[in-house]
Amino acid sequence: MRLNRLLSVFILMLGVCCHIAQSNAQTVDDAKLRPLVQALAGDNFEDTTKAISDLVKTGDPRVSKILDALSAGDLYVAKADKTVFFGKRDGSDYAATDPLTGTKLDPVSRSAAEKIKVNNRLRRDIAAAIGGLTLMSDNITERRSAAEAILKTRDPESIPLLDQAIAVEKDTGVKALMQQAKAAAVLSSDAADDVKIAAITEVSAGNSRDALSLLTPLENVQGPVGEAAKAAIDSINTKLAFWNAIQNVVYGLSLGSVLLLAAIGLAITFGVMGVINMAHGEMVMIGAYTTFVVQQIIRTSAPGMFDYSLLIALPAAFLVSGGIGVVIERGIIRFLYGRPLETLLATWGISLVLQQAIRSWFGASNVQVGNPSWMAGSFDLGLLTLTWSRLWIIVFSLSVFAIVQLVLKKTMLGLRMRAVTQNRRMASSMGIRTPWVDALTFGLGSGIAGIAGVALSQIDNVSPNLGQGYIIDSFMVVVFGGVGNLWGTLVGAMSLGIANKFLEPFAGAVLGKIVVLVLIIMFIQKRPRGLFALKGRAIEA
Amino acid sequence: MITQWFFTHVDRRGGIVIALLVAIAFLVPLSNLLLPETSPLHIPTYLVSLIGKYLTYALLAVALDLVWGFCGILSLGHGAFFALGGYAMGMYLMRQIGPRGVYADPVLPDFMIFLNWKELPWFWYGFDNFWFAALMVVLVPGALAFGFGWLAFRSRVTGVYLSIITQALTYALLLAFFRNDMGFGGNNGLTDFKDILGFNIQAGTTRSMLFAATALFLALAVFVSSFIIRSKLGKVLVGVRDAESRMRFLGYRVDRYKLFVWTISAMMAGIAGALYVPQVGIINPSEFEPANSIEAVIWVAVGGRGTIIGPIIGAVLVNFGKTYFTAAFPEIWLFALGALFIIVTLFLPKGILGLYGSWRTKLADRAARKKDSAPPPVAAENVHLPEPQAAE
Repeated sequence: MRLNRLLSVFILMLGVCCHIAQSNAQTVDDAKLRPLVQALAGDNFEDTTKAISDLVKTGDPRVSKILDALSAGDLYVAKADKTVFFGKRDGSDYAATDPLTGTKLDPVSRSAAEKIKVNNRLRRDIAAAIGGLTLMSDNITERRSAAEAILKTRDPESIPLLDQAIAVEKDTGVKALMQQAKAAAVLSSDAADDVKIAAITEVSAGNSRDALSLLTPLENVQGPVGEAAKAAIDSINTKLAFWNAIQNVVYGLSLGSVLLLAAIGLAITFGVMGVINMAHGEMVMIGAYTTFVVQQIIRTSAPGMFDYSLLIALPAAFLVSGGIGVVIERGIIRFLYGRPLETLLATWGISLVLQQAIRSWFGASNVQVGNPSWMAGSFDLGLLTLTWSRLWIIVFSLSVFAIVQLVLKKTMLGLRMRAVTQNRRMASSMGIRTPWVDALTFGLGSGIAGIAGVALSQIDNVSPNLGQGYIIDSFMVVVFGGVGNLWGTLVGAMSLGIANKFLEPFAGAVLGKIVVLVLIIMFIQKRPRGLFALKGRAIEA
Repeated sequence: MITQWFFTHVDRRGGIVIALLVAIAFLVPLSNLLLPETSPLHIPTYLVSLIGKYLTYALLAVALDLVWGFCGILSLGHGAFFALGGYAMGMYLMRQIGPRGVYADPVLPDFMIFLNWKELPWFWYGFDNFWFAALMVVLVPGALAFGFGWLAFRSRVTGVYLSIITQALTYALLLAFFRNDMGFGGNNGLTDFKDILGFNIQAGTTRSMLFAATALFLALAVFVSSFIIRSKLGKVLVGVRDAESRMRFLGYRVDRYKLFVWTISAMMAGIAGALYVPQVGIINPSEFEPANSIEAVIWVAVGGRGTIIGPIIGAVLVNFGKTYFTAAFPEIWLFALGALFIIVTLFLPKGILGLYGSWRTKLADRAARKKDSAPPPVAAENVHLPEPQAAE
């Protein structure tokens, strides 16, 4: 108890001290400040420059306003008594205010006052000085941006100001930034070698890309500073390469998840029915449009529910796309069994019809699908900045994969589907109603495509052509992974995604994609039935 | 002698079509060039070019039917060979522009100057000669088809797998040709042609001659197809289509037969593309779109796969419909095309020619029944050939 109280008193005192320290740093007597302000109206630019730096040294918060006015040309000096004031044109007079107290003064005739002249050099000095001043601001974002500004300009003159600011800064993030800025400023000053080397260590601990641009000019300097810089650059480069690889993997995984989502349904229908569904992409597109419709309904009837819109859209999209899938299977595809190439053509026809139907209904341009708040924004992982939507897509597609695996392995429908995949005639002989299995499989595959559409609506433009963009890639995943085993689809999707992302930096996005396509065509030579082919004895299989 | 040789390799229908094509190759240009514009038989130049375009499509369809209808290889990437042939011709036409381009460079095409290129890339050498370009029209698609087919057929990639891979092939080429660095004009492609073989490409005479060339090449393609189909090789191909494994077990090198016909077909498609480009005046990467290749498949399906002349009828009819619909009811066209895909596969597995055939047998049946009550003979062309079974 006692200790607690003691501690709280101590903390209280500390707070007061800091407060005092900060106030001391900020306000200065008017009497002391006034002559400095007057000095701004010096005879030449050198005097003004000196007056500016004197003013800045006081660290008074009012100084930045005065300097702003000076830079904007709103600071005047009365010819008679040489008082400096803020002037605003008002007819033939200037409406005048006192620069320190802000009280209104008598208007000054325009002929009785003169504008304090500034040139570009002065303006630059003023800008730098204001940057330094806001280091002391009460507002944390202002302090942060001031530190960032110095980090960019690396003005050695701001070192003392930074020292002051660092001494009183309480926010660790801003403090670190200020120390970075100071180190940067030290590096561009003519400080002693050991100070600079310490600064190099400081700089290389911060943001790597900034540090690289800071250190690169020092690399060719003779002596210990140059060597230290070189060593720091090397270590930063290794670090960057490492994080680059991680970034490629993460981006690849997220691309792979998208492909996985689009390809799971395709793999199921192809595996069970031997049918390539060219309208699969349109099922994805319909899922995305279902999301749009759900969001529209929520916007008009229950705007508060918007964050749950995706959760509502998921089952809706599954039902809509799955329902359309069952209708297509019962209406068209079942008449074409045993003729896979004709099925391919018929489903292509279906895809054209669906595309045009959506285009006539919703228009040819993109529709706006919103992100719920929990998907917006990003977070930092080491040196990477990842968006939440990217992460959610990975999580989501892996859970869809897990659910589908469960359905296939643990339910009666899954058992029958696997039986039909392995041997249709035998399964039929054992009493499995293969037509029903076909219809449900097609419905399941289309429904999963619809769910994929919900996810894709968050990261891609929702237009009638949405499905076309993914269909060839998902075919590639199925061809690469092999049918009859969803693990093949998972491995296929992830390897394609990662391969794409690793090739992009070397070959560019388009060429990378071409290389991947060619690699798959080559791969098919080695394993014509994909990575995870079903083992069987059929000749034609 | 020659006629006898001709008719041993072409059936009656093929002979009629070849004769018809040769006839219009002469009559249409004559009507366009000699008859006065007021004459009811005069065919205006735009129509000559339009029909010429249809005939190049028909040539592509004949090529596609050779592999799909007779060998069971459903290619969803024949548009790639068509476009490659077109690009080879387009490169020749580009070089013919010479100093008449916007930037008036005697060697470099405009787009290269626009990209700030200093000299002609090596793969553009030789395209200022017509014979070289003509060779490339056949060789480039042929070589690509040979390489691709050699890899695919050797490892027994068949059925939908092959279809998907061919689609990926044309998709990869689409992406590649969109790139400016490829040196084929990027997404603008090659256009603004001036001359072909020294004749103004816009002139009515040139257009008529291009039309005549197209019709003659189509006749040649029909002849070559018939020749192949009626040879022993053709019988093997049909065998491969209907029972590939059985043919293999009988000792035929199935992959070689397939590779042969596949390469021939790609060359034909290349020629079709080369004839297409001067008539429409442009070639750009959109010709590589997978959708185009699939549309070509439906021409064959509509006309009747596995027949020599069906693809010609299908290509002309569907494209006539496309021209009409996209002008009159643009929003209906995709519905109509989609419905066509579904209806043809569901109800017309043998296309229009199959419909005609079954209608004729029905008539013959009825006539036979009237005569006596003997059981009707089954017409050979009405027997539904068993399709390759799905993977089981």
